[in-house]
Amino acid sequence: MSKIKIENLQKRYFERRSRLRSADDVPDSGKQICVLDGIDLEIEEGEMVCILGPSGAGKSTLLRIVAGHDNASAGRILINNKEINGPSQDNIFVYQQNGLLPWYSVWENVELGLRHIEDEEEKNNRIHEFIDIVELTGFEYHYPHQLSGGMQRRAELARALAVNPDILFMDEPFTGLDYLTHLKIREEVINMHSYYQKTTLMVTHFIDDALIMADRIVVLGERPAKVKMVEKLDYARPRNIETERGLRELRDQIFLMLGVSYVA
Amino acid sequence: MKLLLSRYGYSIISFAVILTLWEVASRLTGWSAQVFPGPSMVGQGAIELITSGKLIRDSVASLYRVTVGFDLAVLIGIPLGIVLGRMVRLSKFINPLIQFLRPISPLAWIPLAMLWFGIGEKPAVFLIFLSCFFPLVTSTVIAVHSIKPIYFQVASNFGFSRREVLTKVIFPAILPDIVTALRMTIGIAWLVVVAAEMIAVQSGLGYLILDSRNALRMDYVMVGMTTIGIIGLMLDYIMRRFSEIDEIKWRKLSA
Repeated sequence: MSKIKIENLQKRYFERRSRLRSADDVPDSGKQICVLDGIDLEIEEGEMVCILGPSGAGKSTLLRIVAGHDNASAGRILINNKEINGPSQDNIFVYQQNGLLPWYSVWENVELGLRHIEDEEEKNNRIHEFIDIVELTGFEYHYPHQLSGGMQRRAELARALAVNPDILFMDEPFTGLDYLTHLKIREEVINMHSYYQKTTLMVTHFIDDALIMADRIVVLGERPAKVKMVEKLDYARPRNIETERGLRELRDQIFLMLGVSYVA
Repeated sequence: MKLLLSRYGYSIISFAVILTLWEVASRLTGWSAQVFPGPSMVGQGAIELITSGKLIRDSVASLYRVTVGFDLAVLIGIPLGIVLGRMVRLSKFINPLIQFLRPISPLAWIPLAMLWFGIGEKPAVFLIFLSCFFPLVTSTVIAVHSIKPIYFQVASNFGFSRREVLTKVIFPAILPDIVTALRMTIGIAWLVVVAAEMIAVQSGLGYLILDSRNALRMDYVMVGMTTIGIIGLMLDYIMRRFSEIDEIKWRKLSA
């Protein structure tokens, strides 16, 4: 049994005064734009899957639909063999932009997913534990605007992991970080994944990130997007693209697929 | 003392210059002191009004009306603004009405206010309520609309109840905008109370000015004006202090 099963997923929008409107909210006439056109995908328990694709291909839309934040126009999403029905606390989303609530401190943000724990001590220990894991001890009472971009991203990871989610959704989690911070946070995500073994579905436009991190890479095509390629990566971690010939070839292949023919 | 000077030095100098120019002008224009009293004479009038207790009584009366009218507007306007901000349909229905009534000066309501509420506190409070209500509703709706959608996504991801969405997302998110709106609105209320007191009541700073005019005491008129200015400054100062509390600061710094 697979963890996540995506069956013939479609998403259409109406084009209307240059604004896109979800085609399943209003039964409306007008020109339809098909963004996702029959996506089929199965994701195993504990697997880290990275979705690549040209910009505008609907990668983020796909992720939002699977996470229950958006509706599908057609098709089904099964998680643990049950059709999904809106967002759930079991599946936490990590956002491209800052998803921390800016009026809450790091501590209070991490606490958001642990509100239901009645035993204060147990709750506090848990918050401490995860703030410690992302190395933000000493910054518990800082507000997001007082943290650097990398620290904000780590705080968000702590908030997501503290819930002990069944699945992690990450929407371009490294975008907007400087290069070194990007590499560091990426390493932390890899470490956390190998430790907690959370099923992770990640959208990225950095091909290298996908090659370094993923158990499986899914490449979407131009809009209307279909799955163009699914590639399993059986390479030990930590991976090095420069020394691993198979990864280098795969990278060239993906670049070609995305319309970049020559990469220096 | 040094801190006081460095912080308020320019204000002190500018007021000193104005006072001097005013005194000189009142002596040189050749107008009688009854028509254009200088600051020394106004100061004397102020002492008379303070010792008789009239100035304090009138200030309290004005502040009381502003407080009641303003509080009523806050209690009704902000919740209504939040509801309208979240309910698109309802807002399409009610918003045109609000936008139509908003540009009508509260003073244009004076005849109706007096007819409906008679003479006394009620029409004055009603006018202040009107002057605060429309800007507060409008600012609250705009504040709610400008909340980033991602915060609502986070809320649904972490399973917030409706009540939690209100207390943990909407309230804190709009608070900085609300404080700014409150600061602007109380300024408007303070402008309107003076006008309202000139028609409907027998107390307050507006009444003091009108009554002194009838008695041809321009020095008292100017005492009234000066007091309005000083209290207006104080109100603004108090509201500005609110925008410096921790719960608000995130906006300025994370923008």
